[in-house]
Amino acid sequence: MNAEERYTPLNWPDHPETQTLEGKNKFLGFWLFLAGETVLFASLFATYLALKDSVPDSSHPLAKDLFNLPLVFAMTMILLTSSITSVYAIYHMRNYHFKKMQAWFVITVLLGAGFLALEIYEFTHYVHEYHFTFGSSAFSSAYYTLVGTHGAHVTFGLCWIIALLVRNAKRGLNLYNAPKYYVASLYWHFIDVVWVFIFTVVYLIGKVG
Amino acid sequence: MSSVAVKKGLGASVWEYLTTVDHKKIAHLYLGTGGFFFLLGGIEALFIRIQLMKPNNNFVNEQLFNEIMTMHGTTMIFLAAMPILFAFMNAVVPIQIGARDVAFPFLNALGFWLFFFGGMFLNLSWFLGGAPDAGWTSYASLSLRSEGHGIDFYTLGLQISGFGTLISGINFLATIINMRAPGMSFMRMPLFTWTTFIASALILLAFPPLTIGVFLLMFDRLFGSNFFDVTMGGNTIIWEHFFWIFGHPEVYILVLPAFGIFSEIIPTFSRKRLFGYSSMVFATVLIGFLGFMVWAHHMFTTGLGNVANAIFAIATMAIAVPTGIKIFNWLLTMWGGSIKITVPMLYALGFIPSFVIGGVTGVMQAVAPLDYQLHDTYFIVAHFHYVIIGGVVFGILAATHFYWPKMFGTKLSEKMGYVTFTLFFIGFHCTFFIQHFLGLMGMPRRVATFLPGQGLELGNLISSIGAMLMAVAVIILLFNVVITSIRNKKVGADPWEDGRTMEWAIASPPPFYNFKQTPLVRGLDTWWLEKMEGKKELTPAEPLGDIHMPNNSIIPFFISLGLFVAAFGAMYNPLNSVGDGKSWGLPVLIIGLGITFGSMLIRSLRDDFGYHIHKEDLLEDDKGGKVG
Repeated sequence: MNAEERYTPLNWPDHPETQTLEGKNKFLGFWLFLAGETVLFASLFATYLALKDSVPDSSHPLAKDLFNLPLVFAMTMILLTSSITSVYAIYHMRNYHFKKMQAWFVITVLLGAGFLALEIYEFTHYVHEYHFTFGSSAFSSAYYTLVGTHGAHVTFGLCWIIALLVRNAKRGLNLYNAPKYYVASLYWHFIDVVWVFIFTVVYLIGKVG
Repeated sequence: MSSVAVKKGLGASVWEYLTTVDHKKIAHLYLGTGGFFFLLGGIEALFIRIQLMKPNNNFVNEQLFNEIMTMHGTTMIFLAAMPILFAFMNAVVPIQIGARDVAFPFLNALGFWLFFFGGMFLNLSWFLGGAPDAGWTSYASLSLRSEGHGIDFYTLGLQISGFGTLISGINFLATIINMRAPGMSFMRMPLFTWTTFIASALILLAFPPLTIGVFLLMFDRLFGSNFFDVTMGGNTIIWEHFFWIFGHPEVYILVLPAFGIFSEIIPTFSRKRLFGYSSMVFATVLIGFLGFMVWAHHMFTTGLGNVANAIFAIATMAIAVPTGIKIFNWLLTMWGGSIKITVPMLYALGFIPSFVIGGVTGVMQAVAPLDYQLHDTYFIVAHFHYVIIGGVVFGILAATHFYWPKMFGTKLSEKMGYVTFTLFFIGFHCTFFIQHFLGLMGMPRRVATFLPGQGLELGNLISSIGAMLMAVAVIILLFNVVITSIRNKKVGADPWEDGRTMEWAIASPPPFYNFKQTPLVRGLDTWWLEKMEGKKELTPAEPLGDIHMPNNSIIPFFISLGLFVAAFGAMYNPLNSVGDGKSWGLPVLIIGLGITFGSMLIRSLRDDFGYHIHKEDLLEDDKGGKVG
């Protein structure tokens, strides 16, 4: 099938992301990449668990002193909602509703940006209220590296989806860019799943564990 | 599109290689760059052996010795062995499965350029204040205290080249899963493809822990974090775990492709199908699986406790089983075969006993109580050189001779090849066999010198003489390459006459689209099957038609260059622990990352549909014209 061809809702395939060989390769290659990313985050989680509450002396804050569950719960809800909206976007991509797809991705981006803003607020709060900086203890280094790496992934994901929205605004949907949207949404889901683990391992266990 | 081939100018050739996405050209780049680093690592090895030739020697001082020793290991593993294996994977694997290219030609080029710039960055340390000096394992307790920027070159250089390796690993996995020709089921894949597949899976799962490890070390040294600083609550053992969770699979990442190479060479020159093909595949998968369960055997003396040591000891010994299966399969392939002695076959014959010695000493070290005695002695040095040289380097040298015709269209001189093999084989055993005994006599590894009168003089002298022999052998190999290139005597598609797999069915070097028509695979050893039925060509699986090809691109070069620039910025940022931060540090870091992400953005914004080679041009190509 030709990637540049124009389609109508009638002849648009059910799974446009895997119609071309390039699309199939992207689909598979991206899942493999996510496997590598999983190991990457697993390593960071291991480091965090090994260094949790590991501070030079008692003047440094510990996990239970720091975390503010209502704020983190709000962040979690926002990010999980953005996962649902990206599902809607892909649903419309499969039905060849380009405008609706773009709109749902815009909502996804807005929610992602909201999450990011709250995370930045959270970090500055820790720095100013508790003097809990990147270099203040092994615990702080591990915390900021794990949660910050996730934040960097969110940022990259936002830039990626925005770039896709802009570049395709005039091009419309075709079999060349459908896999691009699809893997971007996969990436977004992955980030959300990682956050679920961060919420559990860092914040919940940090508060009650 | 179609034009008669014209000789290209130097500038055009350089541009072609800078922008190429063709797996066969990328193979040349990997072989050239990896070969260069191999020579560099070899020179470092010679310096080590000259320094240790006699007691109380003063050829290099202790600091320089540490740097040379560190860079020898790091260069050989990351910048020589792996890239050279990637060269053969790129040259051969897509053709072995009947594909026209890898799944992601662009990423293939990106992987190479990341490795290239990472390697260059690491080696620039020699000129910018001293190389890393904490050993290739760079244990955090040592490397945090290292003065100067050596360790920073290590962390940043390995990050960049590590990204490249990871990308290449993903690429080969996707290629082998998705790009196989019709009929090429998994259990018909040549063994080199299988081992590449498993090694790539290991890369995918083993490199992220290394990335995290070097990131944490970089943060500690350059950005003020405290992961490994015990006074701030850190824990230095975390580094050891990350390094070996990567480091042990790394050994299999290196040796499995070498096993694959021998599994191609031995059946070819025994003119007999590989004995126990399915057990060979099973053993490969099992080695890959067990490779992840044994990392703590490098840390027996760290003090993880008896239970942990016992579990890891047993897991380690278990690896001897699939490896043994492989050894017996190779022997039984030769048994009853009609053996032809060629240079690649000689390396294969030399490999089996050499590697078995390395394997046996490996099982000895797996016994944790004995390892307390052997740890950090020359016995360890002898062991891992037996597996790395006896396995990987022999594999690389064998493949150089075996695949040279396919990669360059000429055949390396067999006579000089015999000389190289003889000198290298003798030199290798001369260097490293005696080191077992040096280690048992108590000589610690990584020492810059030793004292007279402790019985270590003769052993070290013999070892150094062996190293010279290996150096001579490599010089003869280089001479062989030069002579062969000057003579430029072209060979046909199947220069060894007994080629079994599909790469031997197409021209040497292959046309850039590999197969005019995608082949139909009718069984294991596809080409051998067709030859035995008297066919001159592979059976096509499709009618002759247009071929879709990817466009060349300079963007991979710039993505990698950006990280190279950013690495300098990170190293001289004002927070660094060395205390020589520059005001331009952060701006350069941002500019470098800007180049990288900007290049990625350009790549993403533009449509790149590739192009088509038309049927008519392919037909014309048959009549002696050239598609270009």
